Amino acid sequence: MTAMVDIRSVHKSFGSLEVLRGIDLEVRSGEVAVVLGPSGSGKSTLLRAINHLEKVDSGWISVGGSLVGYRRRGDRLYELREREILKQRTRIGFVFQNFNLFPHLTVLENIVEAPVSALRRPRKQVVGTAEALLARVGLADKASAYPRQLSGGQQQRVAIARALALEPELLLFDEPTSALDPELVGEVLDVIKDLAHQGTTMIVVTHEIGFAREVADTVVFMDGGRIVERGTPAEVLDSPRHERTKAFLSKVL
Amino acid sequence: MSLTSDPPIGKAAEGGAEREDYSALKVVPLRHPWRWAAVVVTAVLVAQFAHGLLTNPGWEWDVFADFFTTRTILNAVWITIQLTFYGTALGFALGIVLAFMRLSRSPFLKSVAFTYIWAFRSIPLIVQLLFWFNLTYLYQRIDFGIPFGPGFVSFDTAGLVGAMSAAVLGLALHQAAYAAEIVRGGVLAVDGGQLEAAAALGIPRLRQLRRIVLPQAMRSILPNAANEVISLFKGTSIVSVMAIGELFYQVQVIYGRNGRVVPLLMVATVWYIILTTVLSIAQYYVERHFSRGATR
Repeated sequence: MTAMVDIRSVHKSFGSLEVLRGIDLEVRSGEVAVVLGPSGSGKSTLLRAINHLEKVDSGWISVGGSLVGYRRRGDRLYELREREILKQRTRIGFVFQNFNLFPHLTVLENIVEAPVSALRRPRKQVVGTAEALLARVGLADKASAYPRQLSGGQQQRVAIARALALEPELLLFDEPTSALDPELVGEVLDVIKDLAHQGTTMIVVTHEIGFAREVADTVVFMDGGRIVERGTPAEVLDSPRHERTKAFLSKVL
Repeated sequence: MSLTSDPPIGKAAEGGAEREDYSALKVVPLRHPWRWAAVVVTAVLVAQFAHGLLTNPGWEWDVFADFFTTRTILNAVWITIQLTFYGTALGFALGIVLAFMRLSRSPFLKSVAFTYIWAFRSIPLIVQLLFWFNLTYLYQRIDFGIPFGPGFVSFDTAGLVGAMSAAVLGLALHQAAYAAEIVRGGVLAVDGGQLEAAAALGIPRLRQLRRIVLPQAMRSILPNAANEVISLFKGTSIVSVMAIGELFYQVQVIYGRNGRVVPLLMVATVWYIILTTVLSIAQYYVERHFSRGATR
């Protein structure tokens, strides 16, 4: 299988704080990679760098064979215009911890907005797709509701449907269940599991170890801006080689 | 409220204790004697005021009625409405541009907008209006062409900046400084995650602003903007210093001629009240439109 995401020696600092200290990671097409790590380990920053919400200081990231944020001409990399970056992002779905649904738009309008304005798809066709997606996340009857009328779990499922409406080749999840009440976590994880089983390429930053064990092809453990270890769930979760991983897992398991 | 809830467990455990039955008793609501006293005092004051309005001959309600809808006054009201409309429209258009300049990442654009707002908030409106009115002293001609080079089209300022356009210009430039801050405040009040989500979805930049940011910003912009429009509307009376026939100027002209100061001031007052009421009603409906999806 080909590399869908290719990350090479990526560094990123916020002021004097270096949050990514040389990240190398490959995610194959159809692979589900789950990123674990204590808070402040740089996992969210890494995820945000993949769709260029965060610009990296050095190194490079490519998604689906094209560089994120840059274009190569000869032996130079030219920074892309904002419009081109926005276009790249339509191929990468991003699901936020706080959902970030548009509160003044109905559930349906939330999903329809990007395909119509960014991909210039005909509205009628997009509405059909959106309704199908809502049915898929179990919210067919909520199309005309406003986000604030929904529970957190329902809002996150809408956010997932919104990301899927662009038919992305890669889905990024940034702690998708961390803002949810415990009893609502399951319904969101079920939707993500479903997508994983259908062969969607995804990178999931989460603290749900059980989910990682069940769904991940690869578990990546990050600490202090570096990837400490990566491997199958069995390797990383059941017989971690590094002390840091052992210490982390002993606290969260 | 139910008065027949279960007794505390401890008591029930004792067994025999008889439960009091309050259901047959009469409930006496709390009295508020001082509230009634306040109502009486206020009512007397209100009655005195109303009585004065109706019976004091100084109000000269007949003169008020004669002038309230005369052609001159109606024309003056129309000019006041026009000044408000153009002042608001141009002021907010420029204000939105200034707000986004201040929010931009360019230090130059930021400081230009900052300086503009600083300057126009520092100069009293009346001083500024007189400046515009006397623009001819500074610039005799205005040329449109290559900056610092030859001009293609030119105007005499005397013809271009008549009293009315000087007034609109002054009001709009003054209004823009305040509008800019109101719009900026509204945009800043929108959660950062909204722009991030819009960017992550690849929604084009202009569309992000128009479709995602501004409708949400409107919620906090509107109450302040309505205040500004209303104060601009009443502020148009300042324009009377430029001898423009708006409401307040016209009323002054008339009472200067016939000496009936109080009834003519009442003519202006009632018109200002009516139009402010119309604006407030409009505000209610516009705010309701922009509160879609909000819980409060």
